[in-house]
Amino acid sequence: MDLRYTEAEQEFRHELRSWLQSVLPDVPAEPGPNDWAARREYDTGWQKMLYEAGYAGINWPREYGGRGATPTEHLIFLEETEQAKAPYVGMNFVGLLHAGPTLVVEASDEQKAARLPGILKGDDVWCQGFSEPGAGSDLAALGCKAVRDGDQYVVSGQKIWTSFAHVADYCELLVRTDSDVAKHRGITWLILPMDSPGIDIRPLRTMEGQIEFAEMYLDEVRIPVDNRVGDENDGWRVAMTTLSFERGTAFVSEMLQTMELCRDLATFAERLGRWDDHGVRRDIGRIAAELDALWALTKRNISEATRTGLVGAGGSVFKLAYTDLRHRLGEVALHLLDRASLSQDDIGDLATGDHVQGRIHGLKMSIAAGTTQVQKNIIAERLLGLPKEPKWTSG
Amino acid sequence: MDFWLSDDERDLQEGIRSFVEGRFPLEEIAEREETEAVIDLDRWREIAEMGVFSLRVDGFDNRSAVVAFEELGRGLVPGPIVATHLTAGLIDGASEGSAVVTLLETDATATVLDHAGQATDVLRFVEGGAERLDPGSLSLAAIDRPLDTLTPVWRVDGDVESGTEIAGDADAMRLAGTLLTAAQLVGVAAGAVELATAYAKEREQFGRPIGAFQAVKHLLAEMYTKTDVARSAVYAAACALDGAADDDVDRAVSVAKLMAGEAALFGGKTGIQVHGGMGFTWEVHAQRFWKRAVSLDATFGTVDHHSMRMAEMIDVRSGA
Ligand SMILES: Cc1cc2nc3c(=O)[nH]c(=O)nc-3n(C[C@H](O)[C@H](O)[C@H](O)COP(=O)(O)OP(=O)(O)OC[C@H]3O[C@@H](n4cnc5c(N)ncnc54)[C@H](O)[C@@H]3O)c2cc1C
Repeated sequence: MDLRYTEAEQEFRHELRSWLQSVLPDVPAEPGPNDWAARREYDTGWQKMLYEAGYAGINWPREYGGRGATPTEHLIFLEETEQAKAPYVGMNFVGLLHAGPTLVVEASDEQKAARLPGILKGDDVWCQGFSEPGAGSDLAALGCKAVRDGDQYVVSGQKIWTSFAHVADYCELLVRTDSDVAKHRGITWLILPMDSPGIDIRPLRTMEGQIEFAEMYLDEVRIPVDNRVGDENDGWRVAMTTLSFERGTAFVSEMLQTMELCRDLATFAERLGRWDDHGVRRDIGRIAAELDALWALTKRNISEATRTGLVGAGGSVFKLAYTDLRHRLGEVALHLLDRASLSQDDIGDLATGDHVQGRIHGLKMSIAAGTTQVQKNIIAERLLGLPKEPKWTSG
Repeated sequence: MDFWLSDDERDLQEGIRSFVEGRFPLEEIAEREETEAVIDLDRWREIAEMGVFSLRVDGFDNRSAVVAFEELGRGLVPGPIVATHLTAGLIDGASEGSAVVTLLETDATATVLDHAGQATDVLRFVEGGAERLDPGSLSLAAIDRPLDTLTPVWRVDGDVESGTEIAGDADAMRLAGTLLTAAQLVGVAAGAVELATAYAKEREQFGRPIGAFQAVKHLLAEMYTKTDVARSAVYAAACALDGAADDDVDRAVSVAKLMAGEAALFGGKTGIQVHGGMGFTWEVHAQRFWKRAVSLDATFGTVDHHSMRMAEMIDVRSGA
């Protein structure tokens, strides 16, 4: 075990740091949450800057236009961009972290050539059309139906919780191509161009008050068979590539932000004259310690990925511990804020809004990307070898 | 950066694990329970022969030491292993296992000394240093009902007189002691998860193993998660102490002790719950993990103590 960075890793860090210092002054101010045109401009603009500097697709293989960085360099990238307060991956999340990596592993050469550059250059925004009203945790129960018609699939059904659907150019879409077999065996993974006729997007307001995800209705949408990634009915396996990515480094940036939020809360307590309060100190001290420990776990997971090429269920361990911590941090914050917790806007000169919004954010984190309960099932079954969940459906 | 056990570290882990499994079966350990002599002195010397007490004196680093101490915790090996290890090369016989050195903490709520009946030497940290005391110099009253019957305790009455100064860097000793106790606690937590998981697979109710019930599965997943997070913190702190990480050493060690204490206490109590009525019996070992967790949590600072230490280390930019 050695947590020191090698010379090459340090050099990577220094180069990146000086690049960030040189370009960040040119990055415009972050637009408001509901100005979608400006948000798209902002997120994809940053992606273009990364691309031109050779930092786009940091962990993607070089042959597909990525930087081919090691998992550790990827971690350094996330750490440095966060520390420099560079823009977050934003709506490029699905393209860069889900759909893109899946294409890298599973797509044909033609598909790669056609789709990967657009993601890296910030030209194309992707969304993820997996969940359906009847298929959330039980994703394999999805029913959005695709019927083959010559060299096209005709797709009808409904997706839900599709983040960024209203701004996306492409969607990684899971469809049902066979209903007569076990549910995992009749799923296919398709690239859906979002300008195809027959798509109706109805934005959903989140409890934060904003639009972030949408319902997506598909009515006889025609998708070329050439847009299929992997074999027909092999989409479940293809999709799992994406999900294991999601549970790896996907939360590093936001965990580093949480560390900042925790320090901020201590500062806030100090300003309120509550930092002498034994209970407040103990609660915040403990959460700060847990964050350090989770940072250590992140490094262990990164090293595991380096050594074995896999993230494994360590990603579930991280997500479970992290989201639980977010809930507790939020609760400590709201109690400390007292009446100021009634406002998402800052009250006076106290920066309270971040903490109220942060509390809400915690509520989403234990649901999105596999709920807390699903993570516990995964840990119990894969790491401890406990009996699998019973199959209630015929699948 | 490579946060992964090296081959040597893995070999050491396996070596200590099979030593503990072979020489310290829980059934045998439990036979000496409720006596004042829970330590089998022959076995104590075997621990010395394995090189555990002299590990760092012999040139091994803190990373190797935490790996070894985790295994000792996992097997509930009794005795003041950490204090004896800390004084190897400083107190006669500590390296060789002819001495049993126990730690006296006088800044706690109550002055309670463990293993006094078999201790040959007492280690105490004082302002700016460390000292050796003669157990005979203390006014000791045996406690009839210790919480952890594998950690017999004595009340220390009256003032404790100064002992003889021990050479060596007391701060470094204290940090190492805290870290190694944290490593033992991770082992205790891991042992509790293993025991409860095995039981959950074998015990059947309502026609299925209780491990098929989600309420039980989820408890075990939480135990595992806390243990693995704590293990990460302990390994990271060992790297910091060895200069193999840039992190602040004091902070990393407090994080490790706090997380390990929490994991072991949670693992201990939850392990009992998963065993149901059997968990509350004397016979089943589940209780022993919880009791050891309490005892080690209250050594070198509790979860609470280190939470407060962490708070002190947070950079509160006042007025910012
Ligand atoms: C902010 C946000 C963004 C999202 N973005 C996307 C997106 O872009 N694309 C996309 O496809 N999806 C997206 N999702 C959907 C997300 O993946 C699902 O919400 C999630 O998987 C849970 O499914 P569900 O909402 O149907 O809840 P359900 O599965 O109905 O779960 C309801 C409750 O039952 C529990 N439960 C369910 N099954 C089990 C079980 N086997 N054992 C124990 N408890 C169980 C759950 O833990 C939960 O508490 C997003 C969700 C959120 C909140």
